[in-house]
Amino acid sequence: MIENRPWLNFLAHAILVVGVLVVAFPLYVTFVASTLTLDEIIHVPMPLLPGGHLWENYSQVLTAGSEGGAAAPVGRMMLNSLIMALAIAFGKIAISIIASFAIVYFRFPLRKLAFWMIFITLMLPVEVRIIPTYKVVSDLGMLNSYVGLTLPLIASATATFLFRQFFLTVPDELAEAARIDGAGPLRFFKDVLLPLSKTSIAALFVIQFIYGWNQYLWPLLITTEESMYTTVIGIKRMITSGDALTEWHLVMATAMLAMLPPVAVVVLMQRWFVRGLVETEK
Amino acid sequence: MEKRVVFRSRWLPYALLAPQIAVTLIFFFLPAGQAVWFSFQLQDAFGLKTQFVGLANYAALFADSNYLASFKVTAVFSVLVAGAGIAIALLLAVMADRVAKGALAYKTLLIWPYAVAPAVAGVLWAFLFAPSIGIVTYVLKKNGVDWNWVMHGDQAMLLVVMASVWKQISYNFLFFLAGLQSIPRSLIEAAAIDGAGPARRFWTIVFPLLSPTTFFLLVVNIVYAFFDTFGVIDATTQGGPGAATHILVYKTYYDGVKAADLGGSSAQSAILMLIVIALTVVQFRFVERKVQY
Repeated sequence: MIENRPWLNFLAHAILVVGVLVVAFPLYVTFVASTLTLDEIIHVPMPLLPGGHLWENYSQVLTAGSEGGAAAPVGRMMLNSLIMALAIAFGKIAISIIASFAIVYFRFPLRKLAFWMIFITLMLPVEVRIIPTYKVVSDLGMLNSYVGLTLPLIASATATFLFRQFFLTVPDELAEAARIDGAGPLRFFKDVLLPLSKTSIAALFVIQFIYGWNQYLWPLLITTEESMYTTVIGIKRMITSGDALTEWHLVMATAMLAMLPPVAVVVLMQRWFVRGLVETEK
Repeated sequence: MEKRVVFRSRWLPYALLAPQIAVTLIFFFLPAGQAVWFSFQLQDAFGLKTQFVGLANYAALFADSNYLASFKVTAVFSVLVAGAGIAIALLLAVMADRVAKGALAYKTLLIWPYAVAPAVAGVLWAFLFAPSIGIVTYVLKKNGVDWNWVMHGDQAMLLVVMASVWKQISYNFLFFLAGLQSIPRSLIEAAAIDGAGPARRFWTIVFPLLSPTTFFLLVVNIVYAFFDTFGVIDATTQGGPGAATHILVYKTYYDGVKAADLGGSSAQSAILMLIVIALTVVQFRFVERKVQY
């Protein structure tokens, strides 16, 4: 604190509290709506205190889904989302950690080319090349499958770069000592590099888990069977046109379920999350 | 920077790189190349015959007033999202940097929307502002505002901007907070001793020193508004009413998937790729020069 200005401190707290409340308001209303019946929501204005149908609504969406729109149970969708998020997070970490090990610790022809091939993918999000990627995946017969959901998305440069930056900071003496002791590259990777990379892996895991869980356009395109829907797609499919026709209480319960895992990951792993975010972008 | 100590093996580095390169080739270079290739072709309505038409698809795009309108919508949308997102996050970050007590609690309570999927963010805000049942709509109507984003284009735009900004504030906030905390206290103390008040210190010292962060966030937010907001739009307005929120990515998707216009959609993909590459180059140029003062 540089100088004491009580009214400024008060103002700072006031602005932060307003900010926190405005940011939380949509979440609060969603939660309240997920505990009401449809009639209570449609009867304008809807109550702003939680109702008594929390258990009913959540168990209905988890086991049976909504009555109109998509009828697939959300439990199944959450499993799909979880598989997708975990496969993308672990897949990305696995293929990029070995790729950056090769780029940093070996000299070989085509090394620069490999580096630039990976680097260029940093720039183009899936959204840009939707139709051709869809075509490739459908030609490979991967529609409506977990492989089709995850494999195209694990090609990304961010993780490779994070590991490359980290490996470059690992002291050379470690590799030298390993070599003198007669350890081969794979032994060095497994016993020295991997344990050192633990925090980077944790940080990356948080970011990529959220990335995988929140995918929208890709699953929207390649999943046509209800049993393959992810939670985020499920919400979209439950919304029918017209405010009154949509079963908002069930949509909101599903929205809560869709937000719960990634928000929990961010809040519980906050330290790694912040690290991962700031480091992958720099 | 290069390693001095390296390992030697004829085959191992290739084996280690193989998975990443394979995935990149199949799901990245192949489709990107195909997008460019399709963009020079015209397909008949049944997809039976294709014909090489050169730049005709591009010419058709730029003669199409809908496409040009979509450019304008995207520009307005991304300026609003980036501008509002950065301004609000900066205000909150400066305040959070100032308070001594409860800083961590505020931080935790402000960063969670990062974890919410754009499509879910869209649904949440669409529900608050739903024309007939929304709780905010109810308050607005009480105050004489005729709120119905299904009918009014500018209100639809406002809705998708709010949902997009809400989700992005946490990201900007974290970067600003990290930037603020890396500014040496001695600089600010020196200015305070010289009699500069808080507002003056902010505009003459803190804000200029934050300019690399601000610039970085500007590019990231524009890319976010261009691409990641697809979910927000698809879950709320679906480009409507009319074409009031038909941003470029949405149009590329719509023309390719719903209207099955492969050539036109591919040409749009190619143009989007050029825009992203241009943005990335601009960012690298400026980051190297370190924008300051």
